[in-house]
Amino acid sequence: MISERILEIKNLNVSFKTYAGIVKAVRGVDFYLDKGETLAIVGESGCGKTVTSKAIMGLLPSSQTIIDRENSEVNFKGTNLLQLSESQMVKVRGREISMIFQDPMTSLNPTMKIGKQIAESIIIHENVSASEAQSRALRMLELVKMPNAKERLNQYPHEFSGGMRQRVMIAIALACNPNILIADEPTTALDVTIQAQIMDLIDDLKKELDTGVILITHDLGVVASVADRIQVMYAGKIVEKGTKDEIFYSPKHPYTFALLKSVPKLHVHEKEKLYSLAGTPPDLINPPIGCPFAARCKYGMKICRVKYPMTTTFGENHESYCWLHHEKADASDVPELLLQRGELNG
Amino acid sequence: MDIINDNIDVSEDEVVLTDDMFERVGTEGLSSEKLNKPSITYWADVWRRFKENKLAIVGLILLVAVIVTLYLGPTISGKDYQYMDSSVKNLKPNSEYWFGTDDMGRDIFTRVCVGGRISILIGLLCTLVMFVIGALLGVIAGLKGGWVDNLIMRVCEFIGNLPYLIIVIILTLVMGRSIFSLVFAMSITSWVGTTRMVRGQVLQIKENDYIEAAVALGADMNRIIFKHLLPNVLGIIMVDVTMSVPGFIFGEAFLSYIGIGVRPPEVSWGSLASAGQLRLMFYPHELFFPCLMIVITTLSFHLIGDGLSDALDPKLRE
Amino acid sequence: MDNNGVLVQVNNLKKYYKAGRNATVKAVDDISFNIHRGETLGLVGESGCGKTTCGKTILGLYGATDGEVLYDGINIHKLSSKEKKEFRKRAQIIFQDPYSSLNPRMTVEDIIGEGIDIHHLYKGKERKDKIFELLDTVGLNKEHASRFPHEFSGGQRQRIGIARALAIEPEFIVCDEPISALDVSIQAQVVNLLMELQKKKNLTYLFIAHDLSMVKYISDRVGVMYLGHIAELAESEELYRNPLHPYTKALLSSIPIPDPKEERKKKRIPIEGEIPSPINPPPGCKFESRCKVAKEICKKQMPELLEVENGHFVACHLIHK
Repeated sequence: MISERILEIKNLNVSFKTYAGIVKAVRGVDFYLDKGETLAIVGESGCGKTVTSKAIMGLLPSSQTIIDRENSEVNFKGTNLLQLSESQMVKVRGREISMIFQDPMTSLNPTMKIGKQIAESIIIHENVSASEAQSRALRMLELVKMPNAKERLNQYPHEFSGGMRQRVMIAIALACNPNILIADEPTTALDVTIQAQIMDLIDDLKKELDTGVILITHDLGVVASVADRIQVMYAGKIVEKGTKDEIFYSPKHPYTFALLKSVPKLHVHEKEKLYSLAGTPPDLINPPIGCPFAARCKYGMKICRVKYPMTTTFGENHESYCWLHHEKADASDVPELLLQRGELNG
Repeated sequence: MDIINDNIDVSEDEVVLTDDMFERVGTEGLSSEKLNKPSITYWADVWRRFKENKLAIVGLILLVAVIVTLYLGPTISGKDYQYMDSSVKNLKPNSEYWFGTDDMGRDIFTRVCVGGRISILIGLLCTLVMFVIGALLGVIAGLKGGWVDNLIMRVCEFIGNLPYLIIVIILTLVMGRSIFSLVFAMSITSWVGTTRMVRGQVLQIKENDYIEAAVALGADMNRIIFKHLLPNVLGIIMVDVTMSVPGFIFGEAFLSYIGIGVRPPEVSWGSLASAGQLRLMFYPHELFFPCLMIVITTLSFHLIGDGLSDALDPKLRE
Repeated sequence: MDNNGVLVQVNNLKKYYKAGRNATVKAVDDISFNIHRGETLGLVGESGCGKTTCGKTILGLYGATDGEVLYDGINIHKLSSKEKKEFRKRAQIIFQDPYSSLNPRMTVEDIIGEGIDIHHLYKGKERKDKIFELLDTVGLNKEHASRFPHEFSGGQRQRIGIARALAIEPEFIVCDEPISALDVSIQAQVVNLLMELQKKKNLTYLFIAHDLSMVKYISDRVGVMYLGHIAELAESEELYRNPLHPYTKALLSSIPIPDPKEERKKKRIPIEGEIPSPINPPPGCKFESRCKVAKEICKKQMPELLEVENGHFVACHLIHK
């Protein structure tokens, strides 16, 4: 199956004006998405993952946001979204690219019936009658495995639980069969058993509708089950990207090691200390020169504080940005720790 | 920090990749637990935000100007507010009588200054009573909940529904027209709004874990109220207080206007306005100046109050 | 009073709330367990299971509707206010939300020193020194003492909260979801700190969380709660390897493991439906409505928490057979 490239981001830079100064939230990010695949963007708070996704959707407040539209590109099926006007973007949102958020409570209109909200997203984008939209809304509810879908159509958001509301959000987002679904921490606020249900649902629907999914999360467990490719972000930059197996089993960037090692694994009986990173991410008003991770990296070298690392390619999709990969660097004590992962399970 | 000496003046692109640049330094010298911004107390931060609001500063300057005038004015003008000189009756404002004179030959400027002191004093006293009663009741209602809260709220409703003017009239008739009775009458029903507002804030603050943390540490009610609740409620109380003072000044003015305000020979802006109103057709300056003072003072309190409200709003931070 | 090393005894504890005219929320409904000196007992469960209510009731922050909590043999709900103040020095709590657990108007020094001030433990220079020592213990430094909470990150605030709890030298700490609101790499910092402190100061923890991976890592024994009841209680490794209760099995299989090979191998036990509301719950087993193997008796009668293997307790009719 030939993969069709539907999204290509080149050199995305997003900054915000705040009272304390200009916060450079996203600094030179490049990536792509193919049809039908799930790309996970992983990172901690403040790394820029949500800002990236909102920039794609054109959802950032124009008065405070600075996007370099001359030198950046958000290429969706050949069109640069950054060059589109707001009225043109409106046609893209919900129809070509949809987004679901962490808190479904605030994303749904509390005074409108669910059926109407789903139907509305169809009517806005397609020229169909109200009754046609309603029947499609019913089909969407059934597609997201909502029990008693017919009765539920006429209920209000407060009559649904958190997990159910998230299903409704998914129904609204997928109603017009978009090419891309951006899911921003869709299950963080949900209980773990419900989380499993929702992630399964997103994965099934993705396969059925051949949608590309960008999954934004900090939960490595969720990523391990549904992602095809992963990119790790830190302080506004991508520090490593690769396929799922490459990232989990042969990570190349110290931040990736640290993330992977700080999470206790259920299936492993380990009683040693969890690997923990000291300190906190840097201030993005005056981002440090060089590698932003230098202040917390135990492998740090002089060069790391002065110059941003070059790109090193490890495989067709596997790239990392770290001076440890340079021939002059001494990497003998850097653990290939995750290669041992499989053997630790005893 | 000396570690990067060699390349410090060189731009990132020009850095040379020599062997020693790859020397391991770990995280030495770079503390990531450091706090970058200088420490700033809550109130200092509020002041900083307040200062940025130009209108608020204008309000503050106006208020200071008014108060300075009220207290220093008569000393500068050298006149006495009760001194009657019938040879200079009803004069328009001139270089000697800055605001002109009234029909008994008294200097209006000095009378406005002295009267202003009374008006503002009454405004402040009423606000103080309102604040003390309102804050106390609000805190008790919010903290205790249950029947205490219910009782206080019902009392508030009852008192809030009493016809203000009738109460004031009855009280002044009964207690006589002194400053004390005026303050008493005006503030007796005024605390209802403050109570509700403080109670609302307390209910909100109660949700915060730090209150429970204090209980878990063994704090008694006293400590919780004075160390945890009140400091956090103070912000909103201050705004309410600032906005209330002009209301009381105006209230007093109105009462004096209808004849039950301060008793002569005491003067207030209201009593001056009342007297001036009778001669509006011929000598408008007698009404104009007291009213002008009321307007300026009220405006300045509102500007300050607005500025404070914005400066305290946590959402407008950053 | 040393009772076989049992520090906290919870006996048939119930905590109910009124929710409207005929509705009772049975947040904690007949729970019994012990916490031994020096151990970490983990308590996991999803929303509405009552774990936080349980933790706070054990500390006496809430009254008990029925049943008792014995701390070192003493019933803590029957203490005079003076005795209660003394008890506070022995048992403390760390909260979940780093943003609402610190008073924004107080300096870090005063926040940490509050316990010291309330119990008049130290004054003047001694007090300052003690506070600096605490700051150091949690990985912060002296300069931070004069600052305000809003100047710190979530992880740092949590550490301030830990310093505050430690200031009066308790023996028992209830950790109420202390890491849920933190980033992954910061969670590890805080957990490592807690474990280090436990060793150094011989503390006993009740660790409440919904992240089973983290709870299993830090705890000696783990209790799984569902809608106000304990479904299963066992040593952490045993619970993972040999889960007996259908809910525990389903819960474990739902937890995503950050390891693709393991994820592929894992057989998910699907669990349909939602957690029912804790208002007016059904009379039988609370999990019955979602249980794939439920029998008639499960609808009618609530199973007791019984020991089926050494130290392994389950509340399920099918296991009790």
